[in-house]
Amino acid sequence: MSQSFKIRKGYDIKLVGAAAQTDLDAVSAQTYAVSPLDFPGITPKLAVKAGAQVKAGDTLFFDKDRPEVKICAPVSGEIAEVKRGAKRKILAVIILADSKIKYASHGKLDLDKADRASVAELFSNSGIGALITSRPYGVVASMSEEPRDIFVNAVQSGPLAGNLAYQLDGKDSEITAALKALDKLTSGKVYVSQGGDEKGVPSLNDSSVVNVTFTGKHPKGMVGTQIAQISPINKGDIVWTVNAVDLPVIGRAVLKGEYAPEYKVAVTGSMVKNTGYATMIQGVSLSSFNASNMKAGNARIIAGDVLSGTQIEADGYLSFGKSQITAIPEGNQTEFFGWVLPGFGKFSTNRAFWGWLFPNRKYDLDTNMHGEERAFVVTGEYDKFIPMDIFPQHLLRAVMIGDIEKMEQLGIYEIVPEDFALAEVACTSKLPLQQIVRDGLNDLRKEMM
Amino acid sequence: MKFVQNIFDQTRPLVEKDGKRNILYPLHNALETMAFVPDHTAHSGAHVRDAIDLKRTMVTVIFAMVPALLFGMWNIGRLHYGAIGMESTLLENFLFGTLKLLPLIIVTYAAGLGVEIFFSWKRNHPVNEGFLVSGLLIPLIMPVDIPLWMVAASTIFAVLIGKEVFGGTGMNLLNPALTARAFAFFAYPTWMSGDQVWVNTSGGDIVDGYSGATAMGDLATTVGQGMGNPAMESVVAQFGPEGTYSLMNAFLGLIPGSIGETSALLILLGGLFLIFKGVGSWRIMLSFFIGGLVMAGIFNAFAVNEFMALNPIHQLMLGGFMFGMVFMATDPVSAAQTETGKYIYGFLAGFFGIMIRVFNPAYPEGIMLAILFMNVMAPLIDHYVVEANIKRRAKRLANA
Repeated sequence: MSQSFKIRKGYDIKLVGAAAQTDLDAVSAQTYAVSPLDFPGITPKLAVKAGAQVKAGDTLFFDKDRPEVKICAPVSGEIAEVKRGAKRKILAVIILADSKIKYASHGKLDLDKADRASVAELFSNSGIGALITSRPYGVVASMSEEPRDIFVNAVQSGPLAGNLAYQLDGKDSEITAALKALDKLTSGKVYVSQGGDEKGVPSLNDSSVVNVTFTGKHPKGMVGTQIAQISPINKGDIVWTVNAVDLPVIGRAVLKGEYAPEYKVAVTGSMVKNTGYATMIQGVSLSSFNASNMKAGNARIIAGDVLSGTQIEADGYLSFGKSQITAIPEGNQTEFFGWVLPGFGKFSTNRAFWGWLFPNRKYDLDTNMHGEERAFVVTGEYDKFIPMDIFPQHLLRAVMIGDIEKMEQLGIYEIVPEDFALAEVACTSKLPLQQIVRDGLNDLRKEMM
Repeated sequence: MKFVQNIFDQTRPLVEKDGKRNILYPLHNALETMAFVPDHTAHSGAHVRDAIDLKRTMVTVIFAMVPALLFGMWNIGRLHYGAIGMESTLLENFLFGTLKLLPLIIVTYAAGLGVEIFFSWKRNHPVNEGFLVSGLLIPLIMPVDIPLWMVAASTIFAVLIGKEVFGGTGMNLLNPALTARAFAFFAYPTWMSGDQVWVNTSGGDIVDGYSGATAMGDLATTVGQGMGNPAMESVVAQFGPEGTYSLMNAFLGLIPGSIGETSALLILLGGLFLIFKGVGSWRIMLSFFIGGLVMAGIFNAFAVNEFMALNPIHQLMLGGFMFGMVFMATDPVSAAQTETGKYIYGFLAGFFGIMIRVFNPAYPEGIMLAILFMNVMAPLIDHYVVEANIKRRAKRLANA
């Protein structure tokens, strides 16, 4: 059984600086960091103290409300520091890495015999459980819940997204093991969405999963879009989502009992000297990498893509679960009468500027807002970028006034912030849509817990 | 540019929170953000943003109004010199119109922006761009000879009661420009209707046979007179191919009326521009047109007077129909907000517009009232469209 969907609503933001298909030098560093801020919905409780020795795969902290949700060390070494902010909020756990990584052993799985409980235990203890996102709310999945279905997203269509086939090259046995293990975690289906227009990853077509093809425009590569087409989330449902790029990490834990979150990271963006793919472990300090790989000038470095990635400092760390780094110019300069001029060279999804005459032009966009925040004025704008049966503006209004019942009725269970990212880019009123959605989900979750 | 930036930088301390002229801060901020798109960068969510902002959207609407505006200026002069029997050149017509229209525009902007700036200062938020459009719409829907203080009073009423009491741009229920028009219409009826206000006749003797009435005014006289009444022949003749209000004259706009409303051709041009730019809703414009056409068609088929019998297309070219369709009904804030709702909203606004105009000759400008009525109804329409989505979701849950 193979389904196929073409996404017609959406937009492909074309930027300069796509990753060349070459391998850059692998990136390693003395320090690695894991930040609780990368995990929405977690109240971190530390499992280690500064000075302790940890192996890769040892728990660093867990969720206070759901202790089975554990976040593990990506490398072995000594806990150098627990960085705290206001009100002693934990900002990051810094590890001084060993020169040779020692792995904690979580035991291998015999996939033919293992039952759900033993698979769930491995996922929970080894750290790979954190690679699974649970919807609604878009939080780290708890292995004590059983999802209706699991959606594996193997479409990377965001701006400057890396080539998945290249990133997953040579990882076939791990991928197969990961898919089979995921299948044990649900009595429902495991759906694997692939883009029909790319060179596929053959091992994704495992017999244990349902293959679905997505073509058309971005956000075809957002799992929220895919779920909406395949089988929308209803109130009370829990579904899990997994990025295909994480499958090798999951597979290695299943096959060897080791947590080794190593990725071929796509290095992209116009502020990068040499684009390409660099192997690095999650949490690695990027300070020396950035120092040698970024062009001179004021750059914004983003872990992830420009739509929903996380801004990191020049001496920051690779955020959890990100397999792309984007560097674009900061846009902190004014523009003289920018709103009146014809703007032939400007990027806009809207025909109010003339850029639409050149649909294939690639833009070197900066981070300027191009205007100030306003109330909702333009209508029907968000619908063009959200291929779901949803009224985005009405839903956002419900969130803004804190009307939980309306949020539920209007389908907040079906979305996470990234689903509104494209609409946020296009928004005439410059409203922080992703933040509004996140606030709404947090309110709702608080109400439900 | 550096020079301009310096002016803003030097005056900023004066208007900032503790400055002596803090009340002018919104104005300072508005002018500065107009001159320079701010250097703000994205700090939450997406890291890149579309070049569009509300200023761009609004200025696009203003561009779309320019043809009708320029034509209106020229037409003021043409009608004026025609009424007093003087020959005039294109330039003279235009100059006369400019002298008449410019004060209207200035007074409207001054009155409206004054209220906006006051509220921005009180509420501590930046001045919204919405009034840029409203401030130009209001003069275009006024008769040329309306006293300036009436325009100011109407504008202040519209911004205050039509917009600011609801929370400002984006929150208003009614279209502010139409609110101004409605206020003027009911508060100063003698200046807003009849046959004295549409053409400026100062500075000369009126020529024989000049009436000064509008097509709407003349048509209203036919109501209650029955079909084929010989007394109405002269009126009906005005709408014939050779008459003052012939279809061609109405289409081109060579007739008396509100300043910017007469030329269907140039308004349509503006409408096409808005649709092309993706700023105006084609759904509303199209359904509005169809709604008006259907009503006019029904009247035409069951006509009991000459007003009803008017050719439907001709009917739509007269009065404020075209202007309402392109510039008033499409205001995104006061219109229906769902795409499905827009069809219903537009259709009914056009439909009722013609109905009110023909059934109640005391309200020649039925379009204005119909759009205001539909502004009020729009949330209800949206409610049902959204409710359908909610039901669909509930049904999916029940079947799961």
